[in-house]
Amino acid sequence: MYSEKVMDHFQNPRNMGEIENASGVGTVGNAKCGDIMRIFLDIDENGIIQDVKFKTFGCGAAVATSSMATELVKGKNIQEALQVTNKAVMEALDGLPPVKVHCSLLAEEAIHAALWDYAEKNGIKIEGLEKPKTDISEEEEEEDY
Amino acid sequence: MGKMIYLDNAATTRTAPEVVEAMLPYFTEFYGNASTVYEFGGKSKEAVAKAREIIANTIGAKENEIYFTAGGSESDNWAIKATAEAYKSKGKHIITSKIEHHAVLHTCQWLEQNGFEVTYLDVDENGVIKLEELKKAIRPDTILITIMFANNEIGTIEPIAEIGKLAKEHDILFHTDAVQAFGQVPINVDELNIDMLSTSAHKLNGPKGIGFLYIRKGVKIRSFVHGGAQERKRRAGTENVPGIVGFGKAVELAAANMEERTKKEAELRDYMIERVLKEVPFTRVNGHRKNRLPNNINFCFQFIEGESLLIMLDMKGICGSSGSACTSGSLDPSHVLLAIGLPHEIAHGSLRLTLGADTTKEDIDYTIDAIKEIVAQLREMSPLYEDYMKKHS
Repeated sequence: MYSEKVMDHFQNPRNMGEIENASGVGTVGNAKCGDIMRIFLDIDENGIIQDVKFKTFGCGAAVATSSMATELVKGKNIQEALQVTNKAVMEALDGLPPVKVHCSLLAEEAIHAALWDYAEKNGIKIEGLEKPKTDISEEEEEEDY
Repeated sequence: MGKMIYLDNAATTRTAPEVVEAMLPYFTEFYGNASTVYEFGGKSKEAVAKAREIIANTIGAKENEIYFTAGGSESDNWAIKATAEAYKSKGKHIITSKIEHHAVLHTCQWLEQNGFEVTYLDVDENGVIKLEELKKAIRPDTILITIMFANNEIGTIEPIAEIGKLAKEHDILFHTDAVQAFGQVPINVDELNIDMLSTSAHKLNGPKGIGFLYIRKGVKIRSFVHGGAQERKRRAGTENVPGIVGFGKAVELAAANMEERTKKEAELRDYMIERVLKEVPFTRVNGHRKNRLPNNINFCFQFIEGESLLIMLDMKGICGSSGSACTSGSLDPSHVLLAIGLPHEIAHGSLRLTLGADTTKEDIDYTIDAIKEIVAQLREMSPLYEDYMKKHS
């Protein structure tokens, strides 16, 4: 069902944990739907993401996309981090099953939510960043026979 | 692949070697069509008759009340749709429960789209249907009560004798989906006032693709699959002779060792439930603790999600199943776990383990240790657990 990369990131999640006094924390998802992701960012005075950690409640794909997303933003500046889309996360994982695509959206949203929190805490505006949805639970309707 | 511990016997079972052996001659040696006149075909016919006799005897039915089908889903569909068709002049109301298998639920929903009314009974926190509610739901135009013998997810055994009695008193047909119960608990269709009963061979170490529908003599449902005159003109299609022979053998074996096997399974089941409840915090058991299939275990582990748990168990060679949304392909967790009143986030963390005849105590101990380790690992990763611990520290 999952690619080798997904299984690797699920079994050996990178950057799992939390950051005390993080520069920004974002939590997205919905326990009702079975996925919650939380991203912690440590951003230095030059706007570089020095450290990033995650915690996730969810399926194998949810854990793997969180892990991959943290790898993709670590060491980047804010604008670069904003460019990490769900598509980029999916590609880096060699794809996801169609029913799991929403997990990669969640990862993108979690990064945005953490950046939003950082911007709010510091009273700055990040160009191109919109207030994130905190709950992305919409799903395509199943076909009815 | 290394060690494998198979604890998903409610999904399917290993076909018993004796069953395979009994089936084999009917592929290559006695491959004749059971409906032919020559002696060669007679061999197949005899084998089918023998299997039918074994099965009928096991449930206290007559041979001519057993109709072979392709399995549980077909039997459920046939019983419900054909009853609706045959009795619609009497009424168009059907009673079922909220925790039925989808083969029953989706069939009932389909009938609703076709002019029938269906009452879906609630269950209590253990998954037992409420008899008072059933009594109240009965109407003059009720033609069928269809309630499962035992639930496939949480193992709860329903009060079948009481339901059968009520149905009989009100002259309503009673169908039960016994796919999980058949071979696990003794069933007598007369004592329980069952009019129709669905089963599947592969749940009791028989082959896949074969089941039967018991139809009490006098129940006027017609053919569901039209064609030849097989199965007393009620189910067309060349008899699946090897399948039927295998089913007969599986039933014979299951009936012969039922008491001993289910006693052993129930002991292991209770041992595992007790150990896990004691050793893994924030855990609950789903389903009735006493009136429960001997081989069924169902837990919810708070703060974690079922699919992650299943993948990690798989990495340790353990096969189980979950009612989490991620395993169903939708965003909703199991309808059964929601019907017993669990909130979504708890239902997502469910794990079903179903034992088999050859499950050992070593398997169970190994699995418990694996669960303890994995649940702790996943909770370490869970923001829900983090929030809970911060709030309560």
